[in-house]
Amino acid sequence: MIRVIDINKSFSEKLVLDKFSANFEAGKINLIIGRSGSGKTIAIKCMLGLHEVDSGSIFFNDRDFISINENQKRLIRKEIGMVFQGGALFDSMTVEDNVMFPLKMSEKMTSKEMKKRSDFCLQRVDLVNVHSLYPSELSGGMQKRVAIARAIALNPKYLFCDEPNSGLDPTTATVIDTLLKEITYENNITTVINTHDMNSVMDIGDNIVFIKSGEKKWEGTKKSFLITNNKDLNEFKSSSKLFTSI
Amino acid sequence: MEFLSTIGRYVLFLRKVFTRLENRWVYFPKIIHEIHVLGMSSIGFVAFISVFVGAVVTLQVAYNMENPLLPTYLIGLASRDSIILEFSPTMISLVLAGKIGSHIASSIGTMRVTEQIDALEVMGINSASYLVFPKVCAAIIINPFLIILSIALGIVGGWLAGNFTGLCPTEEFLLGIQYEFIPFNMAYALIKTVIFAFIITTVCAFYGYNTKGGALEVGQASTQGVVYTSILIIICNYFITHLLLN
Repeated sequence: MIRVIDINKSFSEKLVLDKFSANFEAGKINLIIGRSGSGKTIAIKCMLGLHEVDSGSIFFNDRDFISINENQKRLIRKEIGMVFQGGALFDSMTVEDNVMFPLKMSEKMTSKEMKKRSDFCLQRVDLVNVHSLYPSELSGGMQKRVAIARAIALNPKYLFCDEPNSGLDPTTATVIDTLLKEITYENNITTVINTHDMNSVMDIGDNIVFIKSGEKKWEGTKKSFLITNNKDLNEFKSSSKLFTSI
Repeated sequence: MEFLSTIGRYVLFLRKVFTRLENRWVYFPKIIHEIHVLGMSSIGFVAFISVFVGAVVTLQVAYNMENPLLPTYLIGLASRDSIILEFSPTMISLVLAGKIGSHIASSIGTMRVTEQIDALEVMGINSASYLVFPKVCAAIIINPFLIILSIALGIVGGWLAGNFTGLCPTEEFLLGIQYEFIPFNMAYALIKTVIFAFIITTVCAFYGYNTKGGALEVGQASTQGVVYTSILIIICNYFITHLLLN
């Protein structure tokens, strides 16, 4: 479980996260939704320690991520998998090397074990015969799947995804959503996904946090998402024509 | 203030590069790879420049020594000292700043803007150390060899030019390059080379690592890296010469 309590983050006077708090539960898909520029990515990057917060606390299973030293942060990060918006695959490495990279750096496996694990991860995301290709030789959807394979290589306790469906066609987006859902439930991972895709919200969202201008405006389950009276959230929902027509 | 802030950030960056290192086995293959990328691939370029500039230095010395009272072997001696003391360590380092410095800044800058550096950090890897430390080691190891090669080829170029033009016959040139040779000059050249190698790799890596934005900013970071590296090399050249030769 991840608990975020009152985090503030500003960039040169501009407040981008304003007392943002949320609970992200284990074994569930936790979505952070909101318009572009609402602070979703910054929230995730703060949770990962890629941005230092101005104030507030972040707990990974009761371990305070803000107050611990760099070495302790490093240990927590070894339990985290991350799928970046653009994939962030190492473009000078093959697909197989990308997936094996976190395994190599974790120093716990033999070459044979690493190969076996990377084969398993690639198979898990339905990628075959791409081991020796470079990321630039793959489609956007395949790159995302390689990024997921790399993120799950070390059996993470926490999985973060920054707009995993951006730039993908609806069919591929559904494949990615389904994959993330299955992986989360199979391994009891605390998954946090940033999205503004209503299809994803309806397909995979267990817990949903709505953020606007850096402030959390609403938090609840998918069921309550459909019937809420929250004005800001309803405004956001109504911007999706497909959603309102349903 | 901006200048002082940049110096401060550069010092903090160096601290990040040289602390919290990964295991030795991680760096060894990377250092070998960087020796190839930064050093071996520059051999042809360095050789070409060295031969022609060595030839030009000899022709210019000969042009300025038309007095029949001056012995011809002085052409060899003056060419040798010019090449060892200044041309090879300083000019070739400036040329390398352009070639390998821009490569370092742009490759690290691209990794930054495509979130590959963030991906490393999320995996619990000290990205600055992982990316930059092998480059610094590789340049410090291989650049002295490049400079020794440059010195040798510069002298060969000078000999060829003197011989073909008849301005300095082989016997006179050989006598000149051996006459009153001071071994410390070689040590001075290599000390300079090592310091310049450190400057080239760290300054360019610093600009690449701190790139913000997209492709345009990567280009700007690369240019800035090369410009500031060149300025630093020229300034350090003066102080090192003052310290070691006076």
